[in-house]
Amino acid sequence: MSSVGFDTPDAAPGIRLSGARLHYEGVALFDNLSLNLPAGRTSCLLGPSGVGKSSLLALLAGLNAAAEGKIEASDGAALQGRVAWMAQQDLLLPWLNVQDNVTLGDRLRRQPPKHARRLHLLEQVGLAERADSVPAALSGGMRQRVALARTLYENQPVIFMDEPFAALDAVTRLELQDLAGGLLAGRTVLLVTHDPLEALRLGHHLLVLTGRPARISEAFAPPGMPPRAPDDPSLLALQARLLAALRRKEGA
Amino acid sequence: MGLLRAATVTLGLLLLWQALVWVTAVPPFILPSPQAVGATLVQRWPLLLGHASVTAAEILLGLLLGVLLGTIAALLLASATVLRRWLLPLLVASQAIPVFALAPLLVLWLGYGMASKVAMATLIIFFPVTAAFYDGLRRTDPGWLALAQTMGGTRYAILRHIAIPAALPAFTSGLRVATAVAPIGAVVGEWVGSSAGLGHLMLNANARMQTDLMFAALLVLTAMALLLYYAVDFLGRRLLPWLPESQPRS
Repeated sequence: MSSVGFDTPDAAPGIRLSGARLHYEGVALFDNLSLNLPAGRTSCLLGPSGVGKSSLLALLAGLNAAAEGKIEASDGAALQGRVAWMAQQDLLLPWLNVQDNVTLGDRLRRQPPKHARRLHLLEQVGLAERADSVPAALSGGMRQRVALARTLYENQPVIFMDEPFAALDAVTRLELQDLAGGLLAGRTVLLVTHDPLEALRLGHHLLVLTGRPARISEAFAPPGMPPRAPDDPSLLALQARLLAALRRKEGA
Repeated sequence: MGLLRAATVTLGLLLLWQALVWVTAVPPFILPSPQAVGATLVQRWPLLLGHASVTAAEILLGLLLGVLLGTIAALLLASATVLRRWLLPLLVASQAIPVFALAPLLVLWLGYGMASKVAMATLIIFFPVTAAFYDGLRRTDPGWLALAQTMGGTRYAILRHIAIPAALPAFTSGLRVATAVAPIGAVVGEWVGSSAGLGHLMLNANARMQTDLMFAALLVLTAMALLLYYAVDFLGRRLLPWLPESQPRS
């Protein structure tokens, strides 16, 4: 499909966050936190609930006015306007059909929708036949696939994902991980998740956020390239180790 | 099925009414029998229709103006922070004044004609529409707003494509309330001082002890109000098919 030229965004920059700080009702969620996201790679951020993973992601996406921190892109340009964001909720607008939800960004920027690109993405997520359906007529997995298509339609070099598959059943989640793993290639991605297997399947690098104020562990890279097979025995061994580490840190 | 139920209830109420008249043997100027009211309804139909058309015009004009002003006010409140600080307390305080108490003033200022009744209906409709729509505009899903923000939407684009469509269900509830109170505004206005309309007719009939005519006028008014309410309800469902309450009930 390279001739279509849809799926290569501008060169994806690396991202460096430093001095991140967020106080919530007098408690420091994180303070002077640093984070490195390598260019064109998927980094997965793991950690227990309430540790501040989503707040950190919102800070990077420019959605958290209460948090502060210095965000730099490796190419020196501003990050603003080069980010696509995907949340745990599909956030589909119920009054728009599937294809209009995918092209919502163009509607908001008052640009005409790119028909070919929209169709191509809907084919990739397997929903080309449902282009005219309303979200209410779709299953949870289908809705999240539309949300994935909408995220990719933005064609941004940087993608922030906040537990995008957490609300799905196990089988649907595995399918969507396969799909996302392929489609996210070449972009700088930060994927927040509480599922160690998801992180091991999709991440080039894994980061663990724990403690209060939260600290980020050394980056850890599983062998091989994502998306990794879920039944890979080495992956399962790593999952057990990762779970043990998460539990230890939570207990500490 | 619903129609059958409605017909049964109506018939039951009519029978109850008739039984009450028979058992208590009240004089007709206190409570006329259903047949007497029915006969008056047929005999005086041209008269009733003439006054009903005046009241209907007052209600519809009031609804149009009230909804228009209410919509504009809600949009202003939602989009201009400075204006909101000044306008919101004023709006809330204005609701402490009973609108009915203003009716004599409105008649004094705008005369016995239609204008004072339209103003009365507009006043009574304005607030439920403003309150409901503004509330809806304020409660946009923060996730949608965050998404729109990352997509580079301007404030205007977010209002037009996200906040307003998302607030339409709240707007239609406000519209339903407005439709229900609109006839009250018009009729109260007519009671205070008027030369035509169903309220005027009822007041005159009352003074002449033509209770059957009063009841006939009341029936026409009720039918009009119901028709209006269901028309708005139907339109709301047709225009907002994605609402859960618009789905056919199983």
